Amino acid sequence: MPIPSSLVTLLVGMALVLSGLWVGYNVNLLPLDASANAPVYDSLFRVLFSIGTILFVGIVGLVLFSLWRFRRRAGDHTDGLAIEGNLLLEIVWTAIPAIVVLFVGIYSYDIYERMGGMSSLNDHAAMHRMPPPETIEASVMVADASTVSGGGTESSPRVWGGIGTAAGEANVLPVEVTAMQFAFIFHYPEGDITSGELHVPNGRPVELRMKANDVIHAFWVPQFRLKQDVIPGQPTVLTFTPTKAGSYPIICAELCGPYHGGMRSTVVVHEPDAYEAWFQKNSPLTATVASAPGNPTA
Amino acid sequence: MTVASPNDFQESLQPQGWLRYFSFSLDHKVIGLQYLVTGFIFYFIGGALAGVIRAELASPISDFVGRETYNEVLTLHGTVMIFLWIVPVVNGAFGNYLIPFYVGARDMAFPRLNAVAFWMIPPAGILLIGSYFITGAAQSGWTAYPPLSITTPALGQVVWIVSVLLLGGSSIFGGINFIATVLKLRRPGLKLMQLPMYCWAMLGTSILVVLSTPVLAGTLLLLSFDIVAHTGFFNPAMGGNVVVYQHLFWFYSHPAVYIMVLPAFGLVSEILPIHSRKPLFGYTTMVYSILAIVVLGLVVWAHHMFTSGTPPWMRLFFTIATSFIAVPTGIKFFNWLATLWGGKLALNSAMLFSCAFIVNFVFGGITGVALAQVPFDIHVHDTYFVVGHFHYIVYGGTVFVIFASIYHWYPKFTGRMLNEDLGRLHFLLTFLGFNLCFAPQHWLGLNGMPRRVAEYDPSFTTLNQISSVGALLMAISSLPFLYNVLVSAFRGEEAGDNPWNALTPEWLTSSPPPVENWIGEAPLVEHPYGYGVEEDTLSLEAATGRDLWGGAGRR
Repeated sequence: MPIPSSLVTLLVGMALVLSGLWVGYNVNLLPLDASANAPVYDSLFRVLFSIGTILFVGIVGLVLFSLWRFRRRAGDHTDGLAIEGNLLLEIVWTAIPAIVVLFVGIYSYDIYERMGGMSSLNDHAAMHRMPPPETIEASVMVADASTVSGGGTESSPRVWGGIGTAAGEANVLPVEVTAMQFAFIFHYPEGDITSGELHVPNGRPVELRMKANDVIHAFWVPQFRLKQDVIPGQPTVLTFTPTKAGSYPIICAELCGPYHGGMRSTVVVHEPDAYEAWFQKNSPLTATVASAPGNPTA
Repeated sequence: MTVASPNDFQESLQPQGWLRYFSFSLDHKVIGLQYLVTGFIFYFIGGALAGVIRAELASPISDFVGRETYNEVLTLHGTVMIFLWIVPVVNGAFGNYLIPFYVGARDMAFPRLNAVAFWMIPPAGILLIGSYFITGAAQSGWTAYPPLSITTPALGQVVWIVSVLLLGGSSIFGGINFIATVLKLRRPGLKLMQLPMYCWAMLGTSILVVLSTPVLAGTLLLLSFDIVAHTGFFNPAMGGNVVVYQHLFWFYSHPAVYIMVLPAFGLVSEILPIHSRKPLFGYTTMVYSILAIVVLGLVVWAHHMFTSGTPPWMRLFFTIATSFIAVPTGIKFFNWLATLWGGKLALNSAMLFSCAFIVNFVFGGITGVALAQVPFDIHVHDTYFVVGHFHYIVYGGTVFVIFASIYHWYPKFTGRMLNEDLGRLHFLLTFLGFNLCFAPQHWLGLNGMPRRVAEYDPSFTTLNQISSVGALLMAISSLPFLYNVLVSAFRGEEAGDNPWNALTPEWLTSSPPPVENWIGEAPLVEHPYGYGVEEDTLSLEAATGRDLWGGAGRR
């Protein structure tokens, strides 16, 4: 007895979904995750990769099957079926993609909020309404902007875009970033250090206050899954919390001139002790004054 | 109403024979082929520029060309491929050739405007390419973001602006002409919902062209003021705002993607039913999905700016709007799959390129939906992931359709068939080369290679070399194609008037068609996709799922 085609279709569909999920969760295309929001990003990536695999393999499978199954035999000059449409089918394949993109949209909104993207950067009214920062429970949630109030004071210049701002948080490390053709300059207001490399302690939120001197640049650390344009005339902010010690590339991702490809730097994530040592060694303030002002020990 | 026609010129002034193609001809078929051949010349120039880029990227250091030359090359590559190849060919070439047939007219609504629109292209192209040799070409990418475009050498940038303005003007003239032709020049008795799908695609595309191209023109004029007259519209040193430029630029340049792919959707909708011997599935929903793409396409531009200075609500709105474009686009793809289902598929070059288009575009569409998600985009924006994505859309999508269309309509253009073996060889090399070139770029972007760089992390060397080999295969693939189209024009098998046994109107006249398209009245084609064997047809209400899935009527 032949297997009913509806059953075959169901089994093929299930196998497709399962293999898509397997591929999404087991094939790793991403670099090391070294910031608090990188695992959050990666979970979004896995979902998108799974859905994408299912759709792509399914559609390619249908094309290949059709090309083989319905190929024109030699000498056959007749027509195919005169099917001009089917309202039910049309409704189904309008509804399914609509539901999928709605799900993806809501899910990525959630991810974006967890990454701190929805925090109001310049909405002062919202900032005042916000309750005081709550205690942070999970270490992964350090960068969660919902626990962090909006940044800047009433007199601060308008900040355009970026991911989150941790100004309300007690131990945030502020770093001023200046991008120019063709380098990043990092300045630590706490210790008055100026550096060509970004040195940060593991586990502590860092707030980059970025400005550009000449043309648009972009600050990108692939291992942090973060990127923000550095725009002349408009300060931008980028907040992240490194979670793995190591050295990662900082890459300029916006065409900025002939040496754009060479505009790279390094972010060094130290363990807190090593960072403290680096800080003490390089700060012109701590070189003469024994106690570094406002410099918390980890 | 009097309509200017090719015969309005005195006989002695209108060149005959091959000289027509170098003249200010008013014949829409001549103009269509002028667009097509000019487009292919620029395609090969743009391809050579891509070859320079891939040669440079075969090694991780900047060693093949100078750094400034490299930026000139990537700017020219983008500009040539978009404004001189894809937009003129899928709109100008096939639109001019096919639309008058499809509406049952003897020519376009405004034949002189049509000729003017074409003849703006060669000077614009010569200006653009010539700028490299004379003044130095623009170096700020095809996006020409200020302040970079203000600070790089001014003369090349100004020439670039003039060239793009000319091409934009040509595009607007064409768009007006298509809208007028489709809406006002239909043969009496032909209803809008009886038009072949390419007419709808061109109507939608032309609406986008007419609405959005003027914004680009205005923006580039302001940019040229900043460069030449030192005004401060986009110059932050003078209080200008660079993000405003990005908004204005992408207000045109995102719809430009639909200006490049919607006509391709239309062309595929013509090719698939003929070679499947089946009606186009879901005609009405196909029409509405085109219109939905047109409307949505106008409100998604800021997804190119998720890492620029945009407020969070704006990022969210454009994420949702962009994601929803996948719905009407998805409808079109499912309808094409249903068109194939149960057909009698001829596995010729036109069909292979069309099916490869579906595969490539679905891949590019999936990465596109991913890119629409702000958190995803923040990592991969301006990386090789994006380069891979949009080449899957514009090359894997549109250029594959252009090749399918050449194989499909060459007998109409010339009266001779192309060689199928060479066509399949061309397909195989193109498909392999294309995927080899662009698939690895997604991984490169995810792992840290930004776009528009001449040098990169040495750990990415192997994949870049694979990508360069793919580019070489793509270059080689054009050899059998070129040989085929050049030789078949003289030695190809005689095609007859209707080699595909098609029902769309352009096949219901001689091949190549006479001036003014028809001897006598234009035929009234009420069912352009009326294929199918009636006795095989099942009543859909009575058919079981098994009948439909098993290719009903076969048993």
